[in-house]
Amino acid sequence: MSSSKRRKDIAYYGVIAALSVFTLFCLIVIIVYITSNGLPHITWEFLTERPRSMGKEGGIFPIIVATLYATAIALVIACPIGIGAAVFFKEYSKGGRFIQIVRIFTEVLAGIPSIVFGLFGFAFFVVFLGLGWSVLSGGLTLFMMILPTIVRSTEESLETVPMSYREGSLSVGATRWQTTVKVVLPCCVKGIVTGVILGVGRAVGETAAVMLTMGGALRLPLSPFDAGRTMSMHMFVLTSEGLSMEKTFATAALLIIIILIINSAANLIGRKVGAINSA
Amino acid sequence: MQKENVFEIENLNLHYGAFQALIDVGIIIPRQRITALIGPSGCGKSTFIRTLNRMNDLIPSCRVEGKVMFDGEDIYDKACDVIALRKKVGMVFQRPNPFPKTVYENVVYGPKIHGEKNKDRLDEIVERTLKEVALWDEVKNRLNKSALGLSGGQQQRLCIARALAVGPEVVLMDEPTSALDPIATLKIEELMSGLCENYTIVIVTHNMQQAARISDFTAFFLNGVIVETDTTEKIFANPANTKTEEYITGRFG
Ligand SMILES: Nc1ncnc2c1ncn2[C@@H]1O[C@H](COP(=O)(O)OP(=O)(O)OP(=O)(O)O)[C@@H](O)[C@H]1O
Ligand SMILES: [Mg+2]
Repeated sequence: MSSSKRRKDIAYYGVIAALSVFTLFCLIVIIVYITSNGLPHITWEFLTERPRSMGKEGGIFPIIVATLYATAIALVIACPIGIGAAVFFKEYSKGGRFIQIVRIFTEVLAGIPSIVFGLFGFAFFVVFLGLGWSVLSGGLTLFMMILPTIVRSTEESLETVPMSYREGSLSVGATRWQTTVKVVLPCCVKGIVTGVILGVGRAVGETAAVMLTMGGALRLPLSPFDAGRTMSMHMFVLTSEGLSMEKTFATAALLIIIILIINSAANLIGRKVGAINSA
Repeated sequence: MQKENVFEIENLNLHYGAFQALIDVGIIIPRQRITALIGPSGCGKSTFIRTLNRMNDLIPSCRVEGKVMFDGEDIYDKACDVIALRKKVGMVFQRPNPFPKTVYENVVYGPKIHGEKNKDRLDEIVERTLKEVALWDEVKNRLNKSALGLSGGQQQRLCIARALAVGPEVVLMDEPTSALDPIATLKIEELMSGLCENYTIVIVTHNMQQAARISDFTAFFLNGVIVETDTTEKIFANPANTKTEEYITGRFG
């Protein structure tokens, strides 16, 4: 390498390094700021008690439950449908017109702002299907939001599985289904888990879509037909109505912690299941 | 009583879309012999070998006409059970393609697919087939390690074991040694001579010495046509067609 080229190389490296450090720095500032303001207020009482005086006092137990409840509903529906759709697109269909249209729809779906999902969820689940303001309506709305993410990431990881694995499997007399389930999908665990984590992140932190579909009740939702309030909704209400900055930060910190826990748990599962496959 | 010939192929024509890759191919594959397919690149050897277990079904543009009789049944008949066919006609590919699973799981993959659940019998299959491919001593202590940790030659022998584990009659090999070094190649060649006591082998190879060393019969392909097919001895000592002679003496191709 000539010295001018080398200098350029070093300069590029420097710029990229500086940008990464800057990104990391922003991230750390946000997390440190929120957790330092929030952590001191996360007490046992905060975690286990119901809110009093609109959330100014007490804890957020029913809110944590509603958040996880709606996210779980979304995931339980989105995982089988999303993975199934991706498998169908990639492993079964020969790329016909219908499939292309469906794919374009899933892609468009991914770019729609969440308030639009909220409006649709309100009109369709809450009103038309008569599910009312409920955890179920919220979960279904979130399901539609995270579906494209899961389809996409599953498709992408299916594409990385070498054709020769499929051939190897078919050549000993496996059906296409057996090949998909026993050879192809196990290679995709990591990619799928990543997609699911992204989906969970989006669902857990979602505000607008659930505002219009879950109601906002502070009660503990027991049945899926009960109304509820998610943590991000709660933060929105607490700040916009000037109820309590302390509780807002505590909720935010807890939300970050929950997302971190879900991420590492999913990563761990992904690594355990995928270990032998990528060794 | 089993027929003497495993495959009897007549008037086989194969098209990829508008392109005709095989033209009026007719050939007989004798039982428990090694048949070598030779010919220059792109002449249709892989295409042909993949018609024998209907691997071409995976290619949407591929259209097959003619008769491919396997044990007296036309495998391109609508009534043919492709799964059962592929169980009887196994395949080994150019690049070793073990699954990213353990050595053990690779071998028992086929038997499990076909319903074998008994652990003792699976163990027995693993030991028997790995011994058949002369891999047992090398891997018996790492059966539960990933197959991707094996060397290329070991991986290829594992793939042969995987094919043998379902008890095929025929093993198709498409340039099984072209990705391997000479020593690994020699091992696989040695193994094939032993295998033909129990299996019929069809092998595609670009290596003339290999064809001459191991095969009983040889077919020479050129531009989608079988130019000549005969005993290997005859083809290499005294070919009837000048094109064949030019090819095996390395004057073209
Ligand atoms: N999927 C496909 N679609 C269209 N044409 C194809 C396809 N596969 C192979 N062909 C064409 O068919 C012809 C025969 O190909 P084939 O792979 O059978 O050759 P080959 O004899 O195995 O060559 P090589 O020795 O290089 O492996 C070639 O001209 C090739 O371009
Ligand atoms: Mg080939």
